[in-house]
Amino acid sequence: MQNQSPTSSTKRLVRKLLLATVGMFGFGFALVPMYDVICDITGLNGKTSGRYTVSEADITPVSDREITVQFMAQNSAGMVWEFHPNDAQVKVHPGEVKVVSYRAKNPTDLVMIGQAIPSVAPNEAAQYLKKLECFCFAEQTLKPGEEVDMAIRFFVDENIPEKITKLTLSYSLFDITDYPESAPESVQEITAR
Amino acid sequence: MSAAHDDHHHGPAKGLSRWLYTTNHKDIGSLYLWFSFAMFLLGGTFAMVIRAELFQPGLQLVEPNFFNQMTTMHGLVMVFGAVMPAFVGLANWLIPMMIGAPDMALPRMNNWSFWILPFAFLLMTSTLFMEAGAPNFGWTFYAPLSTTYAPETVTFFIFAVHIMGASSIMGSINIIATILNMRAPGMTLMKMPLFVWTWLITAYLLIAVMPVLAGVVTMMLFDIHFGTSFFNAAGGGDPVLFQHVFWFFGHPEVYIMILPAFGIVSAIIPTFARKRLFGYDSMVYATASIAFLSFIVWAHHMFTVGMPIAGELFFMYATMLIAVPTGVKVFNWVATMFRGSMTFETPMLFAIAFVVLFTMGGFTGLMLAITPADFQYHDTYFVVAHFHYVLVPGAIFSIMAATYYWLPKWTGHMYDERLGKLHFWMSFVGVNVLFFPQHFLGLAGMPRRVPDYALQFADFNWISSIGGFMFGASQLILLVVVIKCIKGGKKATSQVWEGAQGLEWTLESPAPYHTFTTPPDPKLIHNQ
Repeated sequence: MQNQSPTSSTKRLVRKLLLATVGMFGFGFALVPMYDVICDITGLNGKTSGRYTVSEADITPVSDREITVQFMAQNSAGMVWEFHPNDAQVKVHPGEVKVVSYRAKNPTDLVMIGQAIPSVAPNEAAQYLKKLECFCFAEQTLKPGEEVDMAIRFFVDENIPEKITKLTLSYSLFDITDYPESAPESVQEITAR
Repeated sequence: MSAAHDDHHHGPAKGLSRWLYTTNHKDIGSLYLWFSFAMFLLGGTFAMVIRAELFQPGLQLVEPNFFNQMTTMHGLVMVFGAVMPAFVGLANWLIPMMIGAPDMALPRMNNWSFWILPFAFLLMTSTLFMEAGAPNFGWTFYAPLSTTYAPETVTFFIFAVHIMGASSIMGSINIIATILNMRAPGMTLMKMPLFVWTWLITAYLLIAVMPVLAGVVTMMLFDIHFGTSFFNAAGGGDPVLFQHVFWFFGHPEVYIMILPAFGIVSAIIPTFARKRLFGYDSMVYATASIAFLSFIVWAHHMFTVGMPIAGELFFMYATMLIAVPTGVKVFNWVATMFRGSMTFETPMLFAIAFVVLFTMGGFTGLMLAITPADFQYHDTYFVVAHFHYVLVPGAIFSIMAATYYWLPKWTGHMYDERLGKLHFWMSFVGVNVLFFPQHFLGLAGMPRRVPDYALQFADFNWISSIGGFMFGASQLILLVVVIKCIKGGKKATSQVWEGAQGLEWTLESPAPYHTFTTPPDPKLIHNQ
């Protein structure tokens, strides 16, 4: 090309291609909420959904099936709390509301904040495990040496596929003392008291 | 305006400024190719460290953490520093000459897209000399290894990837604009050489996925420094999300590294078989189909993360579907050679080795696509053998074939055929001794990315390392051949190869600094 300034049709094309680039950059970020939605529908990553609100009178137990729900606990790397379920497993009828609990103890002499993240195996069972109440819905702040029982109130949806007779609910406990989401002041406040 | 000043240049400027300020597609092509060769040797050095450590069981030479830095840097340098810039360099040199254009459509941006690249790699390799060390989380940089547990230097890596991405995107925009707007009169789309076609499709792939890569490293940056939780489970994120977004980029990326290779081989085989390419139209459609399918198969890299059975089946069948258009291509290359008057100069040897060995890599890919079998092969040396077969005797052999094939056009001299053949046979034997035993290692259960291994893997690792040293050393022959060819040798004719077709062979050798300042005679443009 003798004259180095691009022709107008080239400029138009470049504008379109730049727009496509910006669009695909945005699409990369759009994948994040898309993934959450797909996981919510399919239970892809074994995550249970948030608090399930229903009046307990509307839940009717289906007595002819029995499902074993097992409980597990693990600490993520660097988390020092003692953390375990109080019951290894319970048998429930679909639709029957159960309460179980986990025990956590902060053995250090520092105020710490923990966050439990649930995971259900098999993954497809995740959407049928409905939690009315769970300690994983909030951060747990424990004073030095403090020990607590933390409850889960849940039921198994009666629509759970026939082939699933046993499911495992596992919690990973993370130390989020340095990154509390709801109350960034709480550690200093409690330490001061 | 300085453009007015440039108008009446007929030769290159002198000295270093020629290379710094150049907007000439041939100069920029050469810069890309030399840069790529330097990175090939650097990434190769890292590979030699890996093979030396794995020569015998036990920890002999390097610490495990440094070993991890070597595997990571080897992958990153080879993918983003050697293979991709080599193809962009070939595109710069060849596309304008193949379609009868005087230069790339956006020469100034072309200069910029090359010159930011050395800085990206300077940024990334400088981490080797820092206290925290280089990235050690594998070239796929899965979170949380690359976020929560990453060395502090990960930020250098993130910005390096941003710069590489910007360079690739600018290069792609330039290539698309050149191909769509600057073809000589009479050069219709379906008369374009296949190298131009495959690059056009590759450029669209790059524009579609490089921004997603930029997005994923940006999310990492925010997770590491600004307290977000895209991939941090404690804050409600999901590490598996990283793998989905990464492989949404990563799978098209592997076709970005092979589609231009298909174009090169489709140019070389007809020349030395002295026949027209069999099934040109089907080659174009097969390339487009492969590009489309590349977007819907990403989860076959992550069958073991846990997916509904329907998802695993979908990704398995979609992956296997890719074998159809790829099979069409292999069939066409073989049919082109069938009953041709073949001669076996170095470019043809590399091209034939490409067809055979790439097909083998494709077959192991099919094995890996079988979901239940993949649960055994996942993260073993079988995967390493598979992707090295498609990338080394695949992508890299095609780049070498292209170098030998067009070198006389670039330098005006014939290369040393005897040394070229030596380079080919050393590489061919070396690459197979290097990677073939790794299939067996993987099937026997040796995991990837380990500095030490159980004793039963010792023999195959020993063989593999010897092949690795042989392959590594023989690449220095290529350097000698290229330098000798630049310095002198038998004068090359315009045609260079008896059976060569296409506009670039109507130009004298070496190709003048400015070519096709007036469009070529439409009679020179043949049907494919």
